[in-house]
Amino acid sequence: MSDAAFDQFQGTSSYIASEELRHAVNVAVALARPLLVRGEPGTGKTLLAENLARALDLPLIRWHVKSTTKARDGLYVYDTVARLHDSRFGGDHDVRDIAQYIKLGPLGEALAAPSRVVLLIDEIDKADIEFPNDLLLELDAMRFRIDETGREVAARERPIVIITSNNEKELPDAFLRRCVFHYIQFPSRELMAEIVRVHHPDLSDRVLDNALEVFFGLRSTPRLRKKPSTSELIDWICALKKAGVDLARVSGGIPFLGTLLKTEQDLEAVGKRAKA
Amino acid sequence: MLIDFLFELRARKLPVSTHEWMALMEALALGLHESSLDGFYHLCRTICVKDIAHYDAYDEAFLAYFKDVHVAALKLTQELAEWLADPRRLEGLTEEQRRALQELDVERLRELFEQRLREQRERHDGGRRWIGTGGTSPFGTNGQNPTGMRAGGGGGRSAMAVADERRFREYRRDVVLDVRQIDVALRGLRRLGREGAQEELDLDETVDQTCRNAGEIEVVFRPPRRNRVKVLLLMDVGGSMDPHAELVSRLFTAASRAGRFAKFRSYYFHNCVYNSIYEDAQFRKGVPVADLLAGSDRDEKLVVVGDALMHPAELLDPGGSMYLYSQQRASGIEWLRRLAAHFRCAAWLNPEPDRFWPGTTIEVIASVFPMWPLTLDGLSASVRYLVRGGERPRVGDPAKWVKAALG
Repeated sequence: MSDAAFDQFQGTSSYIASEELRHAVNVAVALARPLLVRGEPGTGKTLLAENLARALDLPLIRWHVKSTTKARDGLYVYDTVARLHDSRFGGDHDVRDIAQYIKLGPLGEALAAPSRVVLLIDEIDKADIEFPNDLLLELDAMRFRIDETGREVAARERPIVIITSNNEKELPDAFLRRCVFHYIQFPSRELMAEIVRVHHPDLSDRVLDNALEVFFGLRSTPRLRKKPSTSELIDWICALKKAGVDLARVSGGIPFLGTLLKTEQDLEAVGKRAKA
Repeated sequence: MLIDFLFELRARKLPVSTHEWMALMEALALGLHESSLDGFYHLCRTICVKDIAHYDAYDEAFLAYFKDVHVAALKLTQELAEWLADPRRLEGLTEEQRRALQELDVERLRELFEQRLREQRERHDGGRRWIGTGGTSPFGTNGQNPTGMRAGGGGGRSAMAVADERRFREYRRDVVLDVRQIDVALRGLRRLGREGAQEELDLDETVDQTCRNAGEIEVVFRPPRRNRVKVLLLMDVGGSMDPHAELVSRLFTAASRAGRFAKFRSYYFHNCVYNSIYEDAQFRKGVPVADLLAGSDRDEKLVVVGDALMHPAELLDPGGSMYLYSQQRASGIEWLRRLAAHFRCAAWLNPEPDRFWPGTTIEVIASVFPMWPLTLDGLSASVRYLVRGGERPRVGDPAKWVKAALG
């Protein structure tokens, strides 16, 4: 396999990926295995899938997992209530044809797609502990069967699967075995400067430097409950720009601190340190 | 040769399966490691290690296994030769340093480097001999030896240097962690049951009733599932517990979150439990232990947090409480036994690292209460024990120790 085929993902103009992350994505694509991404909130786990889809010019299908999500919902849902309704009150549909009441879920759609797609399974750890295990077969074989109609859905080209997790629950071993794993480290100062540049290209070096100084200073404050992350830094700079605040000239406290710190205790702790 | 690396990983308790190893082989066959050790480091980690908590152990294994790999040494030798051949980098040196530079020639330096790389067993900072950061040894990063050799660091980080940094140490599972992680661990502490108002649609029953009703829809509701676990938390505060205050408060924050348990009560004690425990950490509102036991369901889960460190007399002598005015007769250990005997499930979490347990009062208390260190691993294990039972952890041999201590 040539390098050109392997190095498919290089980041995009609006998404700066570290070398390690690019490598992990390319390994996952080459091995046709799901990529499991973990990392602090706000390090761009979800954005990775969007930008991978954009970089490879493939459609993106999202599946946002919630605490009530069942694995089967991702494949298909048989809308029994609609069918019951139609049978009692008469609808436009032919009630004898069950296929009309089968709606494919995100995973089902990805497998049924005519061409290759990127499938994002977002925050897989939100669901029940058994949830990932219920997906094993489908992710392995990339096919499933709709019991009600007997239809077999099989992927023509294996979708690129990106799975994100916030480490809320331990994921089952059998599931982990099948994935390729990457932990997104919090960006270094240089990488962060690059990331901010992408979002705010018109920022001057001096302003950027000041902002990063404050930001990393804040992150190094001991005992913060929730450290500010990349997305918060970008929002904060946006707020600074909109309000036309010049960081170098501001004295006595950080402006718009609420965009960076999200808990009362943290605001208090930082306030105390500023005074001391 | 690589199969040994698999066993090196497994020896360090990394759960790498054959499945993953085959995937790695496939990836190597595809050339995904870009024929370099750095590439291999990232590739192997991506495929075989699925948890940030294991990254540190992976780094250790990588260092141990590849320390003898000649390729790495060769590459470094080249770097070194280029470095010495590049006169621009020598400009900043003083005359004296330049003279010192003659002391070691390249061949000799390389031999020494390889020899030390093999001998060296761990990360090293400062000092004059080993490879590491700082210091005046001829090898390493950020050092001061003018004829020295830089190992990793700087531009183009090598995998060995990355592994050597051990950046992932703080993610290890066997260290103590934050509220969120405690929260997650406590989630396992639940037994669900249906109680309360009927506000959830019972689909199966609705379908059944509707069918019985000949298709006339009959909607059936049921109460939602709630956690039925009741928890009683006893916390040691003050004195030797002061260094752990922050950690215990995190545990308390996570445990006391509203709606987590069917019933949650917490009390404080100092040093050891005697005839009373307290509702507040200032020990003003006392509650006799006998009253507490009388008012507690045996099914409640008792969790004690304390370092279990005290003078043997405070634990074993009747009337050994450090409060002179307390008139109790039973010894501290006796009170603890009464507590442990009352509840079906009890656990003791100890913020003291378990390597310091042997030979202290901790051993004695661990013979009464099943005890785990207050780390994420220990917490998860204790939660498992409280919900499912199972084997108690074994801690030393208290009988022997008590004999020695009391003569």
